[in-house]
Amino acid sequence: MPDALTTARPAGPGTATAPLLSVRDLNAWYGESHILHGVTFDVRAGEVVTLLGRNGAGKTTTLRSIMGIVPRREGSIAYDGQETVRLASNRIARMGIAYCPEERGIFASLNVEENLLLPPIVRDGGLSIEQIFELFPNLKERLSSQGTKLSGGEQQMLAIGRILRTGARLLLLDEPTEGLAPVIVQQIGRTIARLKAQGFTILLVEQNFRFAATVADRHYVMDHGRVADMIPNSELGANMAKLHDYLGV
Amino acid sequence: MTEIFGVPTQALFGQLLIGLINGSFYAMLSLGLAVIFGLLNIINFTHGAQYMMGAFCAYFLLEFAGVGYWWSLLIVPMVVGITGIVVERTMLARLYKLDHLYGLLLTFGLALILQGLFTNYYGSSGLPYRIPNELTGGIDLGFMLLPKYRAWVIVASLVVCLGTWFVIERTKLGAYLRAATENRALVQAFGVNVPRMITLTYGFGVGLAALAGVMAAPIYQVNPQMGANLIIVVFAVVVIGGMGSILGAILTGFGLGIVEGLTKVFYPEASNTVIFVIMVIVLLIKPAGLFGKER
Repeated sequence: MPDALTTARPAGPGTATAPLLSVRDLNAWYGESHILHGVTFDVRAGEVVTLLGRNGAGKTTTLRSIMGIVPRREGSIAYDGQETVRLASNRIARMGIAYCPEERGIFASLNVEENLLLPPIVRDGGLSIEQIFELFPNLKERLSSQGTKLSGGEQQMLAIGRILRTGARLLLLDEPTEGLAPVIVQQIGRTIARLKAQGFTILLVEQNFRFAATVADRHYVMDHGRVADMIPNSELGANMAKLHDYLGV
Repeated sequence: MTEIFGVPTQALFGQLLIGLINGSFYAMLSLGLAVIFGLLNIINFTHGAQYMMGAFCAYFLLEFAGVGYWWSLLIVPMVVGITGIVVERTMLARLYKLDHLYGLLLTFGLALILQGLFTNYYGSSGLPYRIPNELTGGIDLGFMLLPKYRAWVIVASLVVCLGTWFVIERTKLGAYLRAATENRALVQAFGVNVPRMITLTYGFGVGLAALAGVMAAPIYQVNPQMGANLIIVVFAVVVIGGMGSILGAILTGFGLGIVEGLTKVFYPEASNTVIFVIMVIVLLIKPAGLFGKER
């Protein structure tokens, strides 16, 4: 009965099992330095996937390459079946990918409200301002403050909050928990879980793999500009020794 | 005759008026420079030549097409702005990743070429441009006669400057501009077409210089060197106000115009150098400028 099988497992771009993001043999350079050496991985729609690895393994560069903000990149990055590796970053954003940089990128010359409303709406289906305030109540009280006057945690909430409005379905989050107090890390963890429940797809760069284990479906381990391993979250316990080796912790 | 500090009031107010007029041009020109520098990272040395082109463009429109002052105020900034857009697309766009110095050299070279071309065809003696009929004559304020055209220049430049400030500081478009000034790559990664925004910003800054040129044509004669003479002072104004500060450029422009005017009354020998003396002092005490932020 081959028909039952093929109907149960539809294939092709845009369908449930085809990856939403497919990175193949990605190379990237900053000037003379060759940072990524053939990175290959997939993220399926609705998944939360992390990139783990030591400092300098190429995690941030991978996110920046997907977003189109590295000086030079080669290989293939397909989003929803469409090749993006030659597109300018504004075109990539318009396809429905949003980026929250490690340094958060809060604009000092804009107040909180302007920061929040800055990213243009690229598609329908983004969160409303009220829904964002529900996730991050702190922001509501600080709307007229200068963006960079917020605490580190609030800045992180603003950086995540502002990309939820745009209707982007794939969120690239670069170390959202870095340098934050445990209670705020927990809040961000809950936020990621809620976003996943709402159907967002999230690619997360993390140093803190204990945090990553609480939110992610799968983990890609990066080393020296390559993907060294893929570990499903359910097998994380069994692979602890290997992971310690990779991360050097 | 009444006197203040031993100076006849008529002379005092006369010089204050001249100071305000000069200040109007300083403010409009330094505003354009500040906007361009903020977003493009380019020190636009062509600014003076573009101001001169504005005045010439108004002159050509009147001489060859019979288009008067009021239409020129609208048409000239667009025409000269478009030449700016061509320059940005074909030349400046290649320099953004390099040091400031390259943009400065390119725009300085362009300024010399433009001034040379205009001098070649029109000589260095000025061409006259009439004050529009509606603004001839003056208003007697009791203590002095205020020429209508000069009053118009001050009011119009204030409106233009404050309008520009409002757009940049209080609108969504301005928020994109301010954000891109801080972190161009990130704003583009949000889906904003930053390269197009940069091109239009340069066109706008150049258009502002051309508008100042049209307004200057009836006051100073239309002369190929008119921009070169002014731009050095305007750069001093920008340095004093602080590169990239919009309100700083406006306030410093008007303020230094007045200071210069007052110097002409109290110590005329220093009137040509007072702005540069202030520049040196500001650089020593607050290198980022009065309104600038340390980067």
